[in-house]
Parts: sequence; structure tokens; C-alpha cells
Amino acid sequence: MATVTLKPTKVPELIFEGYSITPDAFAGKTAAQIAALPGHEGKFVLKLGEFFTVSGNGGETAADTDIVIDGDCSRVKYIGSKMTAGSVTVNGNADMYVGGWMKGGKIHIKGNVDSFCGIQMEGGELLVDGDAKNHVGCAYRGDWRGMKGGTIRIKGSAGNDIGTAMLGGTIIIEKDVFIHVSTHAEGGTVIIKGDVEGRVGGQMVKGDMYVLGKIKFMLPGYKKIGTVEKEVDGAKYTFDHYIGDLGERHGKSKGQYVYANLYLKAAA
Amino acid sequence: MSSGELIVKGGFVIDPTRKINGDVGDIAIKDGKIVEKVSSSAKVIDAKGKVVMAGGVDVHSHVAGPKVNAGRLMRPEDKLRAGVCRSGMAQKNGFRMESGFSIPSVFRTGYEYARMGYSFVMEAAMPPLLAPHTHEEIHDTPIIDEAALPVFANNWFVMEYLRQGEVENTAAYIAWLLKVTKGYGVKLVNPGGTAAWAWGLNCLSINDPVPYFELTPADIIKGLIQANEYLGLPHSIHIHQNNLGNPGNYPETLASLKLAEGVKAKNKFGRETVMHSTHLQFHSYGGEGWKDFCSKSREIMDYINKQKNITFDLGCVTLDETTTMTADGPFEHHLHGLNHLKWTNVDVELETAAGVVPYIYDKDVLPNAIQWATGLELALFAKDMDRAFITTDHPNAGPFTRYPRVIKWLMSKKAREATLATMKNTDRVINATYIHGIDRELSLYDIAQMTRSGPAKCLGLARTYGGLAPGMNGDVSVFDLNYKDMPKDAEKIEAAFQRAACFIKDGEIVVKDGEVVSHGHKKTVWVKVKMPENPQVTRDVSQAFHRGTYTVDISNYPVREYLAPHQSIIDVNVEA
Ligand SMILES: [Zn+2]
Repeated sequence: MATVTLKPTKVPELIFEGYSITPDAFAGKTAAQIAALPGHEGKFVLKLGEFFTVSGNGGETAADTDIVIDGDCSRVKYIGSKMTAGSVTVNGNADMYVGGWMKGGKIHIKGNVDSFCGIQMEGGELLVDGDAKNHVGCAYRGDWRGMKGGTIRIKGSAGNDIGTAMLGGTIIIEKDVFIHVSTHAEGGTVIIKGDVEGRVGGQMVKGDMYVLGKIKFMLPGYKKIGTVEKEVDGAKYTFDHYIGDLGERHGKSKGQYVYANLYLKAAA
Repeated sequence: MSSGELIVKGGFVIDPTRKINGDVGDIAIKDGKIVEKVSSSAKVIDAKGKVVMAGGVDVHSHVAGPKVNAGRLMRPEDKLRAGVCRSGMAQKNGFRMESGFSIPSVFRTGYEYARMGYSFVMEAAMPPLLAPHTHEEIHDTPIIDEAALPVFANNWFVMEYLRQGEVENTAAYIAWLLKVTKGYGVKLVNPGGTAAWAWGLNCLSINDPVPYFELTPADIIKGLIQANEYLGLPHSIHIHQNNLGNPGNYPETLASLKLAEGVKAKNKFGRETVMHSTHLQFHSYGGEGWKDFCSKSREIMDYINKQKNITFDLGCVTLDETTTMTADGPFEHHLHGLNHLKWTNVDVELETAAGVVPYIYDKDVLPNAIQWATGLELALFAKDMDRAFITTDHPNAGPFTRYPRVIKWLMSKKAREATLATMKNTDRVINATYIHGIDRELSLYDIAQMTRSGPAKCLGLARTYGGLAPGMNGDVSVFDLNYKDMPKDAEKIEAAFQRAACFIKDGEIVVKDGEVVSHGHKKTVWVKVKMPENPQVTRDVSQAFHRGTYTVDISNYPVREYLAPHQSIIDVNVEA
């Protein structure tokens, strides 16, 4: 295992596109080579070394490479995007697209993240200690193929459009969410431990949603079919079980229609 | 145009217009044109050990206009497939960022064609009402010269005239429309079928009646061939036939090709053909359904090889995720029903329609693999390569940036077999196609015919494009291929055609070592017909606008001069 430490030295004038900040790109490189990796600021191609001091060499492979960013990355996008193994830890905030398209490994952001974290993620773990903005684990805009696998855990709250067009994997938001959860989803699990304003599971075909708080406005396309007890993220609760979205096409399995499930924690 | 003198020295010259096949020689350029010789102070481009051809000519590509833009709007995710296209070039002053894969931005379109050594591209379907937008996009596409074909085969004026058999009125209307839209020639898309789509119907056969107009697609095709030759336009009619993309459509294709029999080309541009059948791959299928779907490329080519007044382009499937877009509105609805991906549908009043649907050509999906083979077979069965052109019906069967890959497959049996071997259904593909049994490998000379001399001649542009004779445009592409020692590794052929070692456009170096170094001086080419006033057509057109049949005023209809600032006009004179 090798640890590469980046220390921010300069706030980008625009936004720095840190698509090279991945264990895959750092693997097999010396600190000096890592400092020479490219990144865009607007239309200009710059080097990582212009925004960070780099200490430590990369490991032999991505899996042997841990990256620690010691400081704020509020204006650095694409940290850990497309990574396949290894780890990235940010001791501060991060900008958009953290862990976008990631396939494996682990990302830990100790502050907040902006929008599009874990977009079209296929595997691995993404942990955010603070809040996330919009489009957590959703599809790229226009795309009908959303998150396929892996786990996203946001310890704070999140904005809107969580798990749009999701196909697999798990998203856990420990506090509140605004609107649009699992829109168009055809699989996967979204767990919201706080409250949601509304539009939960619109046009959803398949997959599961758990809400431990309240939904202010339920969609009319969901129907309650019973009450069940289920274990969620290590604790047991009693849920009102809804199916939907009844306005959407649904496939059949063994002669039975398959619906999306919404488990809303039952009033005590 | 550059006034400087240039000489491309010592390359293997391939110029089918003068039957030059790999002779080592120099190409001299002065004042933007090819000349016999230049002075000793001319700038020297060393092409030693490399292949030298004219600039490429693309006969059919969807690169500008409302449906291309509808595709861009509908598919922001397309840019994820672009790969790293933000070259360092964008940092230099004046160069623009590039984006998009199957529906690239105008800048990427111009840059990528130039990197492949192309100098002319035909936008294959312009809705007349939306010609102003089409020209704005053409003007914003750097480097390459472009023209656009307005669509005519579902146009109410045309159908009204042709139901009465009025060829002269049809011709006068075409002349007027080409002038106001700054169009190049006569495009037919699913004749009658797109008009039927306004009633939720289609014309899958050339003998199906078109609702309301009481004529058939065959009447429209015959009438437009006659009108085209009456006018003596540079290009022949350019047809996307009925029943595109369906199993068992090849007899219908043959039936519409036969409508050209006995018609002689009449024009002053050196064109000898009267019908261009586009993206023929989509029209060369056997089988009764998708289960017994198969290639009928040989049956189609047996006919085309002996029918000398027809040209065609391949429409090769490149096995990519792409975006289909066509004025064949009913087809796009049908495709959306097959793949359930998003769909855009547009009606253009009195004139045409369009649809857009994303499509994933998957080598492991049997019909897609058969389509891939069918497109290549058409070229491999062709006897006259000056009548067979390389296209992907960009972006319908794949992006134009895959032409080098198509060339690789055509030039290397090994490359074809390698692709075939990776397919999930290799044996079933072999059974449903001819490709495995074809040993032919095309030569660089064949490729030059298919991408240069052939399309230029069919477009009536053979005096300026597609060759390297003195007097022609100073468009020269240099590829890093040794004619005498062609690489065993077909990947190197693809790489060489993807990024020209050098591309000179109108006497100016616009690409060097595969990268764009200048925006060049692009031109918009269009055809202006001068003919005696036809009072009936003038009255009909004016009434259509004044009676409110059109929802726009006639003053807002034409393409204004400022939208096409760099025009190259081809004059056609029709005597009374
Ligand atoms: Zn087309």
C-alpha cells in the first residue's frame, strides 16, 4: 500500500477538473509524475502540480494506491471519477462528479459534496460525511442508464433527483431529501432516513425505496397493499408497503406483475 | 484560398480521374488551385513514402439542420462517448472546444472531416422551411465545403403537379425552391410515405397510394427523375427508398431502382447517372421477419453492376451506439417501437417530417451483425467503384468518424474475419450473409474512387473536386501509408485515414500531423437555375403563402444572404 498526499495550494480561478485524481491514474507513478498529470481549467490544460503539492509515490496498481487530499476541494470536480480500485479520502469538501462512473474502490469525503456524486456508478463505495447537493447516483442527463451497482452513503441531507433511472446498487441518505427519488428507476435501493418533500418513485418500474421519515406529498400512482416488518441498514422497522408507479408499464415475473416498492415507516 | 505556392513532393499519387495508381510524383498548387508547376520558392510538403490523394467528397451525411439539432438536444449523453476530444488545440486562439460523438458539434464536425482529409460534405436532407437554420449551421462548420439537398418527395406542390403528370411545372418549382433555400439538388426520402405519415400511415411499396394526393411513390420517383433531367442539374436525384430497414425489402428496392431504366443523363457537368440510391445497406434485406433476416447484397449488386446509370452509397453499420435521424418519420416511429428508446417526431408543414431515435448497433445482436456484413458486401460485390461510395449515412448507421474503420474492413479480409470472430452469433451471421465467402480486398485506388472521383462525378463536381488534375481545387490529402509496402496490420490503415499526415484545402495547409492548424476558408455550394418564368408556378407559390396554407410569410421563407456568407454558386441555364 502506498499513500499519495495532495495538499491544495491554490484556489482555481474557474473550476479545476481533477479527472486525473484517481488511484488508476496515480498507480505506478512517482510524486513528480503525478504532479505532471493533466486537468482542465476552462479550456486550458494545466497540471495537478499547479494546484497541489504532491508527496508520496503511487502504488504498483490502483488497488495499492490510497490518495489523501489534505484540504478543501470545493472547486475541484471529478475526484475519483471512473476509478476501479484503491481509495480517495478528502479532508474537506468536494465539487461535482465525485465518484462519477466509478467501478470499484472507496471514496470518503469528510465534508460536503456538490451535485452529481456517484453518477452512473457501477461499483465501489462512496461515503460523504456532510451533505450532498442534487443528482446523487443518478443517470447522466439524457441517459436512460443510471447507477448500476455499489453503495453511496450521505450522512447529511441531499437535494433533488436521487437515483434517477437507477438499475442497481444502494443509495442511503441519512437525513432529508427534497424531491424526485428513483424517477424512472428499474432497480436498485434508495433509503432515506429523514423526510422527503415529494415525487417519490415517479415513473418507477422496479426497485425499492425506504423512507423512515415523512413524505409530504405522495404521488397518486402508489397504492398501499399492506404493512410489513423489514430490516433496513441494520435496524428493524414496521412499514406501510406501497406499490407503483401504477401509471407506468410493468414487466411480469411468473405470471405476476412486478412493481416498484415504497416502504414508508408506519406511524408509531 | 491561399495565394502562396505549395508543392507536395515525392508521394505515391492516387488519382482515379487520371488513372494514376501509385506513381511517385509531385502535386503543385498555386492560388488555391492545382497547377502544372510552381516556382522553386514554393513551400515544400515532403510526402515521400506516403499516399497522396485529392480531398475526400462525402455524398451523404447529416451534419446540419433541425433534425441534427433535435438529436443534440435530445441526447446530451452522446458527449460521454466522445472520448478525449478536448485537444490542446482548443487553447490556441480562435480554435473551439469540440463535443459529441454521433451528433458532434459543428466545430467537431468540421475538424474531424478535415483530420480525415475531406474537403466536401453533402448535407443529405434539408427541410426547405428550415433551410435558414441549416445554412446557419453549415456556415458555423469550419474548413469543409458543404451543400444541402432539400427534400422534395413529400412536398405538396410536387405531389399536386405530379398527380397531373406536370413535369415542367415540377421542374420550375424545383428551380424556385433551390434558389430560395440555396439548395443543391433533389432529395427523395420515403417518397409519399412521409406525407402519408401525417395521416398516421406509410407507403411501404412504391405502388401504395399516397393518401389524398392519389398518386404512388413510383409516380413521384419517375416524375422527379424527369424533372431533374429536364433541368440538367449537376446531381441526379438522390433517393432514400421506401420500406427502409425492414426484413424482405430488397424486391421493393429493385423495383424502385428499375424506374431509372432507359433514362439518360442530360447535363453539362459530366454526370452520367440519373439516380443515386443512398444508404443501400438499409434496403438490401431478405427474410420474412427478424428470425430469418438475411443479406441480399448480391441480388442487389447483380442488378446495379449492369445498370450503369445508377450510383449508390453504402450506409455501413459501424457497430456503435449512435443516433438515427431521418425525414422518414414513420420509420423512426417503427424503430422506437422496436427499441423503446426516446423518440422525437417533427412535422414540417406542406413539405416533410422527421424523427430521431438513439440506436445501439450491438455486434452480439444478430440483425445488427447481419446489417454490418450487408453494408460491406455491397462494396465488395461492386464492379465499378466509381459508382459505389463509402458512407455510414452519418449518424444513422454510425458516425462519419468511422469511415477509416469501414476502409479497414474493406481493405482487409483479416480485419473482417477478426470482427466476425468476436460476435456472439458468428455462425448464424455467416449463414445469413455472404461476407465470410468473399476474399476480395479493396485497393487504395478503389478507396480513392469510392471517396473522391466517384462521388464528385455523381454530384456533377468533377471539374473541381475529387481529383488532382491542373485546374482543380487545391485540395490534397496525404496519408501515412506506404503504397509499396502496405501494413500487414490493418489497424494502421484505419489510423492513417483517421488522421491525415497533411491536408491542404484550397492551397492552404489546414491539417498537419493529424491536427487542425487552420480554419481554412469554407464555402457553401448551391445550384442556381436560370429558366424562363413559369406563371402558374409563380402564382401557386404566392397563393400558398397568401392564402395561409403556409403559416409563415413568404418574406420569411428564403435563406437570406447573410446566412451563407461564403457562397460558391453553380449556374444552370435552362433554355425555353
Ligand atoms: Zn441519410
